Amino acid sequence: MATQTTVSETGNAFVATAYRQVAPEALFAYPITPQTTIVEEFARYVANGKVKTEFVTVESEHSAMSACIGSAAAGARTMTATSSQGLALMWEELPIAAGLRLPIVMANANRAIGAPINIHCDHSDVMGARDSGWIIMFAENAQEAYDHTIMAIRIAEENSLPVMPALDGFITTHSISRGETMDDKTVTKFVGVRKPQHSMLDSKNPIMVGGFSTLGNTYMNIKKALREAIDASLPSIKNIGDEWGKLTGRSFDHVEGYGMEDAEEAILVLGSAAGNVRAVTRKLRAEGRKVGMVKLRTYRPFPAAELADMLKGCKAIAVLDRSDSYGAPAGPLALDTMAALYKAGVDVALRPYIFGLGGADVKLVHIERVYNDLADLSDGGLNPGLTYLGI
Amino acid sequence: MSDLTEIRWHARAGQGAVTAAKLVAETALYEDRFMQAMPEYGPERTGAPLKAFTRISDEPIEVCNNIEHPGIVVVLDETLLSSTDVLEGIEPDGAVIVNSTETPEAMRKILKAPKGVTVATVDASGIALDTIKRDIPNTPIVGALVKVRPIVGRDSVDGQLLKTFGKKFAQEMIDANLESVTRAYEEVLIDG
Amino acid sequence: MAKAKWDVSNFDNWKTADFPIGMVGLEAGNSRDYITGGWRSERPVWNKEKCQHCMMCWVICPDAAIQVKNEKMVGIDFNHCKGCGICIGECRFGALKMVPEHSEEV
Repeated sequence: MATQTTVSETGNAFVATAYRQVAPEALFAYPITPQTTIVEEFARYVANGKVKTEFVTVESEHSAMSACIGSAAAGARTMTATSSQGLALMWEELPIAAGLRLPIVMANANRAIGAPINIHCDHSDVMGARDSGWIIMFAENAQEAYDHTIMAIRIAEENSLPVMPALDGFITTHSISRGETMDDKTVTKFVGVRKPQHSMLDSKNPIMVGGFSTLGNTYMNIKKALREAIDASLPSIKNIGDEWGKLTGRSFDHVEGYGMEDAEEAILVLGSAAGNVRAVTRKLRAEGRKVGMVKLRTYRPFPAAELADMLKGCKAIAVLDRSDSYGAPAGPLALDTMAALYKAGVDVALRPYIFGLGGADVKLVHIERVYNDLADLSDGGLNPGLTYLGI
Repeated sequence: MSDLTEIRWHARAGQGAVTAAKLVAETALYEDRFMQAMPEYGPERTGAPLKAFTRISDEPIEVCNNIEHPGIVVVLDETLLSSTDVLEGIEPDGAVIVNSTETPEAMRKILKAPKGVTVATVDASGIALDTIKRDIPNTPIVGALVKVRPIVGRDSVDGQLLKTFGKKFAQEMIDANLESVTRAYEEVLIDG
Repeated sequence: MAKAKWDVSNFDNWKTADFPIGMVGLEAGNSRDYITGGWRSERPVWNKEKCQHCMMCWVICPDAAIQVKNEKMVGIDFNHCKGCGICIGECRFGALKMVPEHSEEV
């Protein structure tokens, strides 16, 4: 029977527990703030014999992802974790992991990309990887980071795609909060054993991985297959989330809303800031304002239809991006949302904001200001376009 | 979330403010309540001024920003008072607890604390030196804190300390820590 | 029972779903099926009498076109020899020389 324990831990400790319970056959990692304590804690589990994993400390993130690709192609359940410049250093290999359809799981502690150098939270690292073919999930808090990490290995192996459960650096990784961890046996059963279709180490059935494809349509066909696979993973992610939810009592949806049944103004956001936005929404609703908030837990594949469906009744929406897409009309989440609304034929005023870059504190008064901006927009006010919130 | 308690800790790196913030948070969990504890994350340099935060509530806590308007401020090192405005943003009926040998009345003048704010002082360093034999004021000051504002039960602090220290420390050390909490609880001086 | 050979002869016309996931090559070493011998403008001629079977040509041939049996060179695989001539430069015994592809010499 599934038994949960209430604990107080840092977000990274929750993730490390999930790693131990998933018990990958191989883990290759390089330390970077604020991911470090995930791997540190996991290394302790390995050293103390709590998990039997081939744990290799490599000399860079580039090597970490290279080793993961080789290991996953060999058929091993493979994991790593990274952050910020580390994820950036992996850029070359992220699309390779996806193109080779390798089910690698890598937690990312969301952190700003330099310059200037900054160790704090924003989403510019993850957004740099958003087009790489990885499934990307954003956690609001440590509990979701734990749940996503366990779900991730199932999602990866069922869809033959790499998965990145992302959690906000420091805000989620380093703060201590209350949450529940599942008993080891239940997790072991839930994640099962990886049964690779092929293995590079199967000498009786030798295969080739990483072939060359320049002339003709092969390259385009392989890329189309990747596009089809990541699109098709959406229901699979939901099913796995539901299955995990049945064990934990914690529900899962790609798109989760609060107050959206009658909201006229809504804020869409990713990650830890969703908590702050919900707190403000709760307060304003208690005052009689028809406001709502939406957060995405699945970011890639983008749950466009679900999101458009949730937002279609609004008069005005704000999209809060914790990174910018410099030179583009708006931040990445806002661009995705615009596309989703356009595709669904939903015409609603949308105001894009950039907030919380480099760990800038998300003050509740800022969020209240956004709702006031939206009320003005609902009343026919001008949309001033992209706004850097709080400065 | 009207029952939300927000605490801000001021200390120098190495004085155990994060441990104290954790102790209070974990004591709340010990009472089956919801909690959050976080340092203000910066480069870790021993002696550098730092802040830490604790939130306690009977409901799940969804906010995760820095605490701007603490109901309680705890100062582990009074030498910080000359460089830091420890009362910044404090609630009008808030409380401040300072590790100091001053009287709370004298401390009120030093802090220029408004009338509604409760000021308390406790010689947490002295108590720590007497009991734990090291100047680690973080455990005793939690004893003073629960006297000034009973945000968690006095017995729960002991219960949580036993739970945390029980696995790793000698009985002598556990007793010293429990003693330090008791003494700070009894010796803290409160004005207002 | 021997496995049926993986047929890639028509891969240019494959549909997306025809490709193995991740473009895994289901048969290792299938480059043998790719005939590159037609790329030659010159070809090596092997003098059996002069050959000392030192295997240097076998070592350096980039296309593994030197055929060996029982530790002896036995010939050249003209399906895969691209006529690069590296073996000629390497042979210490004058046992290999290049001739135009359409020369009569064998």
